[in-house]
Amino acid sequence: MEERPDHRVIEGIVEPGSRVLDLGCGKGELLLLLSQGKNARIQGIELNPKAVQECVKGGLSVFQSDIESGLSEYPDQSFDYVILNQSMQEVKNVDYLLQEALRVGGRVIVGFPNFAHFKARAMLFLGGRAPITEALPHRWHDTPNVRFLSIRDFEAFCRHKGLRIVRTVYLGAHGTVVCLPNVLARNAIFVLTK
Amino acid sequence: MNKDSVGTVDTQYLHFAEPPHELVLESGKALGPVTLGYETYGRLNRERSNGILVCHALSGDAHAAGFHTGEDSPGWWDNMIGPGKAFDTERFFVICSNVIAGCKGSTGPSSINPRTGKPYALDFPMVTVGDMVKAQARLIDFLGIENLLCVVGGSMGGMQVLQWAASYPERVRAAIPIATALKHSPQQIAFNEVIRQSIMVDPAWRMGGYYDQGQPRNGLAIARMIGHITFMSDQSMEQKFSRRLRNGNYGFKFATDFEVEGYLRYRGDSFVKRFDANSYLYITKAIDYFDLSDGRLIPEGKRTSTRFLVISFQSDWLYPSYQSQEIVRQLKKRQVEATYCELRSAYGHDAFLVDVEEQTMLIRHFLESTYSGNGGRYEGDLRWKSGRTTG
Repeated sequence: MEERPDHRVIEGIVEPGSRVLDLGCGKGELLLLLSQGKNARIQGIELNPKAVQECVKGGLSVFQSDIESGLSEYPDQSFDYVILNQSMQEVKNVDYLLQEALRVGGRVIVGFPNFAHFKARAMLFLGGRAPITEALPHRWHDTPNVRFLSIRDFEAFCRHKGLRIVRTVYLGAHGTVVCLPNVLARNAIFVLTK
Repeated sequence: MNKDSVGTVDTQYLHFAEPPHELVLESGKALGPVTLGYETYGRLNRERSNGILVCHALSGDAHAAGFHTGEDSPGWWDNMIGPGKAFDTERFFVICSNVIAGCKGSTGPSSINPRTGKPYALDFPMVTVGDMVKAQARLIDFLGIENLLCVVGGSMGGMQVLQWAASYPERVRAAIPIATALKHSPQQIAFNEVIRQSIMVDPAWRMGGYYDQGQPRNGLAIARMIGHITFMSDQSMEQKFSRRLRNGNYGFKFATDFEVEGYLRYRGDSFVKRFDANSYLYITKAIDYFDLSDGRLIPEGKRTSTRFLVISFQSDWLYPSYQSQEIVRQLKKRQVEATYCELRSAYGHDAFLVDVEEQTMLIRHFLESTYSGNGGRYEGDLRWKSGRTTG
């Protein structure tokens, strides 16, 4: 399986033995990494039944459910980390979801594609077309994304909502991005706490 | 005989609860002596760690797999139990027992009451799913098994699974409740009441005392016909029968015109030959009484190391997916590691018996990760730490 740099970054963030909830865990690649590499106690939530079955093949525990209704029964601070990697932008009620994630988890790891990446800017500004890039591979009519945000958008959102940003990692075409992330980063990973 | 069959099997019998050591039931009444009919497939390993208890549904019995001598049709879950199947008898020791109040080898209303020398009939005490499980636990003790690798079952069998997890959490490593519920809804109770009434209004029922004269045939057959409608789905009935006619034309009489009518009548009639009407009354009542909602599955403040795999089927309208999701909600409340999957199937409630490909895949991998101790990390720290936060 192709190694995903965002998975490696998240693996580096999570401490060994942590309790982790992955919202929108897909086929469970990240959870498997965390379970095997970090001995994490993992739980996934995933809507696609085929993906859930793949998770079970890997010995992972996963609930088939949409992520917006997946949290309310969990007691406060049930997990050390709640992960929303490449799934937050597919959710309508982002504000509620992040509040809930921070209720059930000590920290929330959010990974999302940066809509202000220079390629996306160029496609829209010069080409006049909705951007299609490595991080935003879908066409306007078949994208699962319903929220389109840049790194600066998310920073402003966190400020506005009083969410503390513990750490950020920006990923470009060749590893991490240090300068001008809102232009050069394809993907951003934020670690949030209350 | 296929090489994926457990082959020829016999039902065995365990006798216990001789007076004055009767089984004390949830109602406060005592039942004894008690006989349990059971079958086993595969071998118990030296560590006694590979035992799997299979719990049957309303009209099931201990004969879950293989063939009885002289019979053509195998046990009721033969497609799931056998060499290389979901419950691989090359690796696991599979146990299935008939519930108390049943009529297939376990003590029930058709058994002889030692006090009178006649069948119990309505003198048989009312039993609950909790009582069924209590009796099963005696069998598991007798077999020398302290901890079961897994307890599994669909429908009422799934209720027994949940009851095992509630009553004996330390004895169950993995629980697989399929197409079941924490409690019966009013709609489900209503169906069961119509089923019971159809038996009880048959004059041949004789207040349950029909054993000299024979079964209340008409009532019991109608009861089963109602049951069968609830086990299928609109889609599966369309596929199986559509509006096909038996003789090509309408008869313009109240005879059997449609194939679906003939099917239900056949099912009803054949049920009369194999199942005791009073057992049907007692067991449907036990199902209606079942209620592990409101935190009774895992009480507040309690933790469990049992892993769960909850399965429901999309077209099952008798035990709809929302009831399985309610089980999942209870597990989340108690921070229990678990998997839930809603499988696609057109077969309605019957899906867990007939549409087993995806179910097999899920169960095989879930059992494997539990048995090897990887997925659940069973051998390590069993409980999720509470109250530890990093934020």
